[in-house]
Amino acid sequence: MATIQISYNGKMESELPLDKDIFTIGRKSDNDIHLDSLAVSGYHAKIITIMNESFIEDLGSTNGTSLNGNVIKKNTLADGDVILIGQHEIKYVEENANSGQDFEKTMIINTAAVGLKETEGSHEIDQSVGKIAAEISSSDSGKSSHQKARIRLVSGANSGKELPLTKVLTTLGKPGVQVAAITRRPTGYFLIHIDGGDNGERPKVNNETIGLQAHPLKDKDTLEVAGVVMKFMHE
Amino acid sequence: MSLKDKINITGITDEGLVRDHNEDSIAHNDELGLLVLADGMGGHKGGEVASAIAVDSIIQDLSQALPLIPTGKTDESTGYSMESMLIEKAIKDANYKIYSAAQNNSNYEGMGTTVVVLLLYDNRITIAHVGDSRLYRMRDRILEQMTRDHTLLQELVDRGFYTKKEANESLNKNLVTRAVGVNSSVDVDLLEDIALADDNYLLCSDGLTDMIDDDLIEDIMLNYRDDQDRMTEELIKQAKEHGGKDNVSVLLANVLKEFPVNSTWLQQFFDIFS
Repeated sequence: MATIQISYNGKMESELPLDKDIFTIGRKSDNDIHLDSLAVSGYHAKIITIMNESFIEDLGSTNGTSLNGNVIKKNTLADGDVILIGQHEIKYVEENANSGQDFEKTMIINTAAVGLKETEGSHEIDQSVGKIAAEISSSDSGKSSHQKARIRLVSGANSGKELPLTKVLTTLGKPGVQVAAITRRPTGYFLIHIDGGDNGERPKVNNETIGLQAHPLKDKDTLEVAGVVMKFMHE
Repeated sequence: MSLKDKINITGITDEGLVRDHNEDSIAHNDELGLLVLADGMGGHKGGEVASAIAVDSIIQDLSQALPLIPTGKTDESTGYSMESMLIEKAIKDANYKIYSAAQNNSNYEGMGTTVVVLLLYDNRITIAHVGDSRLYRMRDRILEQMTRDHTLLQELVDRGFYTKKEANESLNKNLVTRAVGVNSSVDVDLLEDIALADDNYLLCSDGLTDMIDDDLIEDIMLNYRDDQDRMTEELIKQAKEHGGKDNVSVLLANVLKEFPVNSTWLQQFFDIFS
């Protein structure tokens, strides 16, 4: 198990094992690691441990968190890394760095309330991992996108016309000239080049020709397909 | 409409060099243009049982249900095609079957499986997946991973804790955050896209992608473009030469000809301002 060593102005004050999934660090007394200094925010950062790996995440602190001299938001921790918060130094020490443990065999982390019962050989994953995974996957980024969207034509005969993207796959363009599609995937909307007619031209997003792979769309992107300019908009 | 002469489908599942049994299952229905691959997990025989139930159940459900619907119609309430909705339902049914089997037999407790499904219809595709089995497409000589793994690692990459490079070195590689049969319900990721002539689709278990990287997969697929049987064999062979630590399965589909329901496929592009 990894440990952390906390020093203040170069003097080591304490050492503790990372024996919980999450250690919060901050000035307020209900933090796991309580740093009594005005340079430290109330809830400054947290160290997350998932099985054999740990991560540091700054919680939007006023004075920031740095790792080995670089200001970071989130990062993995490696043996010997030094986190600096105010004048406090927190050194991450991995006892058996590269202990050779491997989790080659695929295992399921059960993110539901039901605890994980699975045992694979000698490796047992405790429920805490499931809890962390649940926490991670319940936060919004990377979750399925059910965002509604529409496009508004801004050039051509139908300028001003709006088309809600009600279908998951909407084709647009002029056969023989240029055909593209907008598709809604679990990670958001994408523009796909399908057919460029005789000269093989591809659609543009914000004046840049897209590649052959699906191009992710952002709110208010300007698209050009078959010479028609349109705006992609979230509802 | 039979897709047999329009889409060439091949597949191999192999135990690999280390494991003594194969927990992967694959199946395809060439008439319907349907491919299903599953990678089971769980002690005793749970893994094999879970992946076999998933593949059999999904193929059976869809072989019955698909011929009964008009091809390529949109389900008004969701915006997905009716085909996509049937696939989602088939995976949820398989989930229920595996979950029930696990509840009724202590040997199967906690078993589950990944699943990836590809259906080709009316010049379109639907991809459905749960877990870390992947679907890649090669088009214009470029390989693209179309599914996003449901793994802790991928979640951590998405949230900025890892860079891609760190992720590749991580030990927390094979922790799946979603699987079929583990809970009473399951979330399925659905993707719809357009299929073009000459597209190559690859469905694979992590026994392939943990052993060889995307660049090598792309090279193999380019080298054997004209011979999909060899392409299939070579992917398996390379996975084994690079360790073969897990069961390895691949299913490939090559679009030989367009397959629209109506005569010319461009006729269908009347959605917007044509």
